[in-house]
Amino acid sequence: MEQTRIPLVDLKNISIAFGGIRAVDDASVDLYPGEVVALLGHNGAGKSTLIKILSGAYKRDAGTIMVRGEEAAISNPRDAKKYGIETIYQTLALADNVDAAANLFLGREIMTAYGTLDDVAMEAEARKVMGRLNPRFQRFKEPVSKLSGGQRQSVAIARAILFNARILIMDEPTAALGPQETAQVGELVKQLKADGIGIFLISHDIHDVFDLADRVCVMKNGQVVGTARTEDVTKDEVLGMIILGKCPPGATPGPGAMQIAA
Amino acid sequence: MTDTTTNAPADRARTTELGPVGRFLKATEIDTRMLGMVGALLLIWVGLQVISSLRLGVNPFEFDSRTFLTARNLWNLSVQASAVAIMATGMVLVIVMRNIDLSVGSAEGLIGMVMGFAQVHFLVKAVGLELGNPWIWALALAIGIALGLMIGALQGFVIAYMEVPAFIVTLGGLLIWRGAAWWVTSGQTIAPLDATFQLMGGGPQGAIGATWSWIVGLVACLAVVFLLLRGRQQRKRFKFPLRPVWAEALLGAVTCGVILGAIWIANSYPWPIGIVRRYAEANGITIPEGGLFIAHGIAIPVLIAVAVGIVMTFVTNRTRFGRYVFAIGGNPEAANLAGINTRWITMKVFMIMGVLAAISAAVSSARLNSATNSLGTLDELLVIAAAVIGGTSLAGGSGTVAGAMLGALLMQSLQSGMVLLNIDTPLQNIVVGLVLVVAVWLDTLYRKRV
Repeated sequence: MEQTRIPLVDLKNISIAFGGIRAVDDASVDLYPGEVVALLGHNGAGKSTLIKILSGAYKRDAGTIMVRGEEAAISNPRDAKKYGIETIYQTLALADNVDAAANLFLGREIMTAYGTLDDVAMEAEARKVMGRLNPRFQRFKEPVSKLSGGQRQSVAIARAILFNARILIMDEPTAALGPQETAQVGELVKQLKADGIGIFLISHDIHDVFDLADRVCVMKNGQVVGTARTEDVTKDEVLGMIILGKCPPGATPGPGAMQIAA
Repeated sequence: MTDTTTNAPADRARTTELGPVGRFLKATEIDTRMLGMVGALLLIWVGLQVISSLRLGVNPFEFDSRTFLTARNLWNLSVQASAVAIMATGMVLVIVMRNIDLSVGSAEGLIGMVMGFAQVHFLVKAVGLELGNPWIWALALAIGIALGLMIGALQGFVIAYMEVPAFIVTLGGLLIWRGAAWWVTSGQTIAPLDATFQLMGGGPQGAIGATWSWIVGLVACLAVVFLLLRGRQQRKRFKFPLRPVWAEALLGAVTCGVILGAIWIANSYPWPIGIVRRYAEANGITIPEGGLFIAHGIAIPVLIAVAVGIVMTFVTNRTRFGRYVFAIGGNPEAANLAGINTRWITMKVFMIMGVLAAISAAVSSARLNSATNSLGTLDELLVIAAAVIGGTSLAGGSGTVAGAMLGALLMQSLQSGMVLLNIDTPLQNIVVGLVLVVAVWLDTLYRKRV
C-alpha cells in the first residue's frame, strides 16, 4: 500500500566525499508520511553525514533529493527548513549562552510591530511547548549551558517540533537521556508519527530504535547495506547487517551488501 | 502531557537559601557584575580623592578645587572617556563574536585626517563652501562615517568571506590605516578645524548649558520610568513573575538620581573667567560683582557617547541582529545550522565598528581642534581593555554595552587621576596594565562562582 503513495522524502544516489574519503557513496533511502525509518550503522558508517545533506548542513557531490515527489534544492539549513525538514543534531546545536526561548526561536524570532524582538511572546510560546515535552521544566531565564543534559535535549527537541515540521530528523536523540526521558522521547515519536510526520531516527544502537521504527536502513562504510521492514527481520539479522554487511532474505539489498560468494 | 507549567514542581537543583543581600539582588534583578564595576569605579574615585587631598594637605571631604572629585575634573573626565567609550560599544560585539579588531585606533587616525582634510581643504577649496558654512561640519562627518563604513566592510569581508583570521586582518589594518593617515597630508597636522565641527569635542561652546542639561535629564528620567512601567506591563500580559513594587521604585529612584546627579555636576562647572568676559562683551552683558556664573552643562561628546550607548544597547538586546551576534558567539556551528547567515552578520559587525571609529575620530579630533596622523594611537588597546574590564568575555558569547562604557570610564578615571597626582607616564602604563590583568582575573573568579 505504501508503495503507491508518494514518499515524503526520497534521497536518490547521494554521494559526498571529504578529501579522499567517500563518506557517503551512492546511498538511497526514502521516507513516507507517518513512518519512522531508523538509520543504523557503526560510528563512521555515514548515517550522520547522509542526514546532514538532507538538513542542508553539507552540500552533496551527487544525487537528488525529492520532497513530496518534487526535486528539492537544498544547499543550506535555511532551504531545508523551508521544506519543513527539522533536525535534532547529535551535538544538539544549541547556543549555550542564551536562554531556552532564544534557542527555540533562533533564526525564526517573533518580532513586535516595531521590528524588535518580542522576547515576552517567545518566552510564552516556549513555556507552552516545553510544558508539553517536559512539564517540570522551569528554567526559562537561564542560559542553556546551565541546564542538565536531559533539559538541553528537550530544548533541542522542542525547537524541532515547534515549527510544524513535516520531516523530522533525530540524530541519536536519546544519547544524553536517562531511561525515563528515553521513554518520553519514544512517546513523542509515536505521537508525531500519528500526526503524519515522517521521522528519520539515527542510532548506532539497534535496541534504542528497533521497537519504534517501521523500517530500518543499515549503512556501512558510506554505503547502504540494505533496507527492511522491521517485521520482516530479527534484531540479530539487523546486527549482522550492521557488523558484517550481510543482507538477510527479508531485506532489500543495497550497493553496500556483502556479495555472497556463489 | 499537560499544557500548564505552573503547578509542576520546579525541575532544578534546590536553590541555596538566600541571605538579605541575595534576596535584595534577586528582587531587583540587578546584575551583580555590573554592581561590582560600579563599586570598583566608586572605590577608585574615592581613593583618588583621598590621595590627591592628602598630597595637598587638605581634608578629602572638603572637596578642594584641586582634588580629584571636582565638577571640573569629572566633567573633563567624561569628555576624555567619550572617544574610547564610543568604540568600546562596538568592540563588545566584535569580541562577543569571538573576533578582535586591532585596527580601530589606526582607522580612527585615518578617518580623523580625512575629515580634517575635507573640512579645511577639500570642502572649502575644491567644493567651494565658505569657511564657517554649517554644512562643512555635516559633510565632513558624513565623509568620515562613509569611510569608516568602507574600512569596516573591507576588513569584515576579508574576515567573513575570505576566512582570514580577524587578528591578522586587523593587525594588517593597524599598520595600513596608520600609514594611510600619514599619506593624507604627508604627515602635516591639520588645524584649526571648522568651528561647528569643534563643538563635537566639548569645551565651553561644545556643551549644552544648564537649562538644556536639565531638560535632557528630565526626559531621561521620564524614559526610565516609562521603560520600567512598560516592562512590568509586558510581564503582566504573559503572567510572568513581577518584581516587587518597592524594587521597581528603588531601581527607578536610583537611576533617576544618578542621571540628575551627573547633570548637577555638569551644571556646577562654570565657564572659565576669560571666556565669560568675552561672551559678556560680545552680548553686551555687564558682569555683576563676584563674576558671572555660566554653567557648562553636559558636553556634546558625552551626549554623543550616551546616544551611541543607547542605540548599541538597543541593537544588541532588542534586534534580531543582536540576538544573532550573541548566538554566533555562543556556538557558531549551531547558529549556522539554525539558518543564520553568519558571514553577513560578521561583516556587519565590522561595519558598525568602522562607523563607531569614525564617530570617535570626529569627537577626538574636534576635542584637540586638530587632525594629526597620530590621532588614536594605542586606542585599540584602550578600547579592548575597556570592553574586557566591562565584562566582555574573550571566549565569546557574553558582554554588555553598558559594561564596556563603564570600563572606558574606569580606565579614564585611573589615567586622569594619575595625571592629577603627577605620576610619570611609564608608571601610568604599568598601573593600567596591572588593572587590566587584575580585572580579568577577578572576572574569571566571578564566572567560576556564579
